[in-house]
Amino acid sequence: MIIELFFQYLVAGITYGIIYSTVAIGFNIIYNATGIINFAQGEFVMIGGMTAVTLNAFLPLPLAIIIAVIITMVVGALIDIIFIRWIVNPSVLRMIIITIGLSIVIREIALHVWGDGVRALPYFTGNEITSLSIAGVHISPQVLWVIGVCSVVVIALNFFFSFTLVGRQMRACASNRNAARLCGINAKNIVTLSFVLSAGIGALAGCVISPITYVQYDSGTGLAIKGFTVAILGGLGNSMAAVAAGIILGILESFSIWVLPAAYKDAIAISILLIILFYRPSGLFGSREVFRLKEF
Amino acid sequence: MPGKRVLQMAGLITGVITVQLLTRFTGTGYFLTQLTMSAYYSLVIIGLCLLIGYAGQISLGHAGFFAMGGYISALLTTYNLLPYKDNAIIAVLMKTGILVVRTNLYGSEILYFQPWVACIIAVSMTVLVAYLIGGPILKLKGHYLAMATLGLGIIVYRIVLGSAFFGEADGLSEVPAFTLLPGLKVSGNLSVRISNYYIAWGLVIIAFITLLNLVDSRVGRALRSIHGAEDASSAVGVNTAKYKLNTFVLSAAFASIAGVFLTHYNGGIGPSEASVMKSVRYVAIVAVGGMANLWGALIMGVLLNFLSLRGYFGSFDDAVFGGILIVIMLFAPEGLIRVDIFRYLKRAVSGEKAGEQNDGSS
Repeated sequence: MIIELFFQYLVAGITYGIIYSTVAIGFNIIYNATGIINFAQGEFVMIGGMTAVTLNAFLPLPLAIIIAVIITMVVGALIDIIFIRWIVNPSVLRMIIITIGLSIVIREIALHVWGDGVRALPYFTGNEITSLSIAGVHISPQVLWVIGVCSVVVIALNFFFSFTLVGRQMRACASNRNAARLCGINAKNIVTLSFVLSAGIGALAGCVISPITYVQYDSGTGLAIKGFTVAILGGLGNSMAAVAAGIILGILESFSIWVLPAAYKDAIAISILLIILFYRPSGLFGSREVFRLKEF
Repeated sequence: MPGKRVLQMAGLITGVITVQLLTRFTGTGYFLTQLTMSAYYSLVIIGLCLLIGYAGQISLGHAGFFAMGGYISALLTTYNLLPYKDNAIIAVLMKTGILVVRTNLYGSEILYFQPWVACIIAVSMTVLVAYLIGGPILKLKGHYLAMATLGLGIIVYRIVLGSAFFGEADGLSEVPAFTLLPGLKVSGNLSVRISNYYIAWGLVIIAFITLLNLVDSRVGRALRSIHGAEDASSAVGVNTAKYKLNTFVLSAAFASIAGVFLTHYNGGIGPSEASVMKSVRYVAIVAVGGMANLWGALIMGVLLNFLSLRGYFGSFDDAVFGGILIVIMLFAPEGLIRVDIFRYLKRAVSGEKAGEQNDGSS
């Protein structure tokens, strides 16, 4: 019995871990392209989920999700074009404050558009009570959807960054912006593209997780903090490490319920964040030497 | 104090008195309640202004320090120790007057900490926490510092929201009046509204003078050098870590004092005082005031908090502060009051790019 419970917690931890990693990857893409942390990342997830729920009222589910992702991508592009693109040589403090302001404004707009109700998409296959039983562990089919979609996203991203011209251009900008510009890469467009990509990934994650976690106007903030924790834990800018770090955090959180009241669950994740920041700011998998050279 | 400073202070004090007299003659005495609350919030904001504007260290967790002061003091003054009165330690504390008895609303007796004692414990505990956490946190820079302080604020929020003895989502209420001196009480009672207005402003003015003198002293110059270039300042012999830590602790102490007083004034405190949005709001106000501008922080702190508390922003309260952050940081990173309109126009006419000013902070 206890061993089954153990695996049940493990699966829950992995599911949440993968959700966090997806948000963390969104952070990493923008960080790599611009060197800034987009504090409004969680809001992309929220917009994606909310828009899909609204569209699903009169569109079939797959179409609703695709359009929601596209709309969120447009929002991402607009954020860059209106607020980020034209600032010359911004300081980190300034960018932090602008993206925090954006996240608040987006959240408040969502509150006025959608109200403060909790919404969710229907389960992609089956319903709330369907469950697959694998070795005595009950798994909702939606969990498999989450794991599947997020894995596909991670693999596709890897492929994109390694083998496509645009992906390579983005990597070039990340490692040395001026050199990339000398090679004829339009760095500003790359930044816009990174916002679009990161908004799209966030929105897709928002759609896939909404049947399990539900979505509300302010659900982005919590996810953003977890996503950031994971991004730091893995080493900022390293997307593959973020997946591993996400799963570690998800499992730790899931098992923390055994020892501590659930109300403190968020405090656990943040305490881990602080400990990592204090003792190993380069992350679990990052190199200290490289970290010391980074500007931030 | 130099002559100019004396004049400025005289102006500030005259302003405070004028506002009180104005509300008296126009029959709008009820404004004083929000003005008093705004004054306490401004105390947090001027402390934060020293940290962000002068030392160049962002903190997104100051609502946490505010809440620590408020909650600890509220807990000590509302928790009934009467069941433990046979305990030897409690008996000693009762004899020394540290614990006192009052009758509550329902006529039952409550044994609680004397508010002065509670206040001192609350502020010293906050200072201790700020001191311990400030060391490692202030080694961080940029995003990491922002996120770590944000995390600190969230931990405080989660703890007060999740702990039964902090009242969970209801917070703590029935906090008694805080008798500063005989006849001088911090309390929300209407009969002492005017005296409370002056208590709050007296506190703010004392803090303000302290800070003004501080930024014009050796300490202030050291802080500005840290803001400009930390490595360079360290190279000329400024103990950067010490200055940053002391500033952090000082601003945390200001926040917790404000928390203690406002909790006694409101008669209670709720978890929303610890929320991230409150911390962000403090930063927003410092930004509007012009970052390294104590006068700006004070004026904007009183003005925006007053408007917000009176409900002029309606359901767009948070959106207003978010919008302020974006607009100020996009167009006037030096703050509203600092924007030199004539120079700006001249530059616009001569065709230089306005966006190229280097705000120098990192």
